[in-house]
Amino acid sequence: MSLLEVKQVNHSYDSKKLFKWKNQSNKILIDISFVIEEGTCLGLIGTSGAGKSTLGKVILGIQPPQEGQVLFQGNDIYKADKLTRLKLRRDLQVVFQDSYSSVNPRMTAEQIISEPLENYEKLTVGEQRRRVIELLERVGLNENDLKKFPHQFSGGQLQRINIARAIALKPKLIVLDESVSSLDMVTQSLILQLLSELKDDFGLSYLFITHDIKAAFSISDQIGVLEKGELIELYDSKDQFFSSKHPIVKQLRDSILAEHPRFRTLTTKAN
Amino acid sequence: MGTYVLKRIITIVPIFLLATLLTFGMINLSPVDPAEAYFTAAHIQATDEMLEEKRHEFGLDQPLLIQYVNALIKICQFDFGISYVTNKPVWEEITSRLPATIQLTIGSLLIAILVSIPIGFLAGLKKNSAIDHFSRFLSFIGASIPSFWLGYLFIFFFSVKLDLFPVVGTGTWKHLILPSVTLAFPLIALYTRLLRASVLENLQESYVLFARTRGIHEKIIMGKHVLRIAISPMISGLGMNLGNLMTGAIIVEAVFSWPGFGRYFIEAIFNRDVPVIQGYVLLAAGIFLTSNLIVDLIQMYIDPRISRKGRQYQ
Repeated sequence: MSLLEVKQVNHSYDSKKLFKWKNQSNKILIDISFVIEEGTCLGLIGTSGAGKSTLGKVILGIQPPQEGQVLFQGNDIYKADKLTRLKLRRDLQVVFQDSYSSVNPRMTAEQIISEPLENYEKLTVGEQRRRVIELLERVGLNENDLKKFPHQFSGGQLQRINIARAIALKPKLIVLDESVSSLDMVTQSLILQLLSELKDDFGLSYLFITHDIKAAFSISDQIGVLEKGELIELYDSKDQFFSSKHPIVKQLRDSILAEHPRFRTLTTKAN
Repeated sequence: MGTYVLKRIITIVPIFLLATLLTFGMINLSPVDPAEAYFTAAHIQATDEMLEEKRHEFGLDQPLLIQYVNALIKICQFDFGISYVTNKPVWEEITSRLPATIQLTIGSLLIAILVSIPIGFLAGLKKNSAIDHFSRFLSFIGASIPSFWLGYLFIFFFSVKLDLFPVVGTGTWKHLILPSVTLAFPLIALYTRLLRASVLENLQESYVLFARTRGIHEKIIMGKHVLRIAISPMISGLGMNLGNLMTGAIIVEAVFSWPGFGRYFIEAIFNRDVPVIQGYVLLAAGIFLTSNLIVDLIQMYIDPRISRKGRQYQ
């Protein structure tokens, strides 16, 4: 049984017009199917508007797809009863792009990280605090940060807190929706490093949604390319991606800036 | 946090001093001569010598600064002078009316809070549902019916027709209900709308949506992330209304013959009873300052960031 199975998901946002005869529907996701095995990372890349975030929402269970199924640990997350769904949610956590809007600005770091623990596990006060400190240290912060509020952290630090909150319950799958995209290069690579460490330590799986091809390669075992709602290619290795003949993939590939200007090719023309 | 509270309490002192200065200045600027007002209140046709003597007794012939300092010293000892009309100390008069006013204030605030929190919250959660329409209707009524008419309506239906509550007077909790409800009605209208709007706003916050995706129980999301924050503008409004209610709900007191503060003050104005006016204004200033302090402290509890230094974005 695979950890996550997405089966033929179709979704479109209907633009409701006053007069019915001009009913347009914007297809966001077209026949998306893929599988994530335990302990692996699937990187989803694509240009903006390709449907990456919608797909993320569908998998997280907040955007019911019009057609298709999302099976997590063999259960359809949209058909599961309340209790199963709560159990599934525990194993399916998320880190979003905007670290500031993902947390309640009135809560301290300790409250933010302990929230999932309070929700799912009944721990004593001391035990809970010990766990929170452990988590903070795991993501490279320390005990002094317990009582700080979100506005007292930098974006990178706050994203670490979001990651700590996501791993607090030792989930099976974490959806990383552009989680490192708004961070600077150095912080980005530190967080990516942290994420791959956590993956090895806890046997985590990731769905890594990004527009940043380099970031996707550094952590993913598989790469999927999403374009206009379709999952056009799925690669098992970096080499496959670089030898692909698909025009869209070629375009994406060419957009990676070469290490030195001498190596740059000017195959893509500006639209 | 402690320093913030202390700082907030200390700022009260200069504001209160300013209030005393303003009251003192205004009374001196007004064309009312206290000595003349005194004899008018006592229905005595005063001669010039009598007026002169009274002015000396009140200390009106001294320089203004000394008068002010003397007044300040007396205020610190809760001595607001003696009423011209009743010849009793103003402080005694005020404190004898205070319990009735406090009763009415607490009663109406409690009713307002108990009714508007559930209705406003549910109306925000279930926008355009039956309860939302009901809240809209209630606010419309509460905002547009004048309280004197509402008061008489209540007396007519509940006291005269149904004989459930006494018509006027004080004493038991039954006496308290009709005036409290009458006073609470416009407050309910206001608070329900305030709460509904801010609940709607907070439901839109991304961290509320994200909390749902993370599988946090709906009860915790509603309590911790929505209601606790949404209630904040309502508490600010409450602070302002607390001052208003404490200093006298004149119309409602008149309708229900409630022996509170407001009526006493109105009478004092008609009688040009200077010490009472002065005492009342200072007391009102004190009440407003304290209720705002309480509101600030509650706000600090709700949003702990207020008392923190070193915010990144000012």
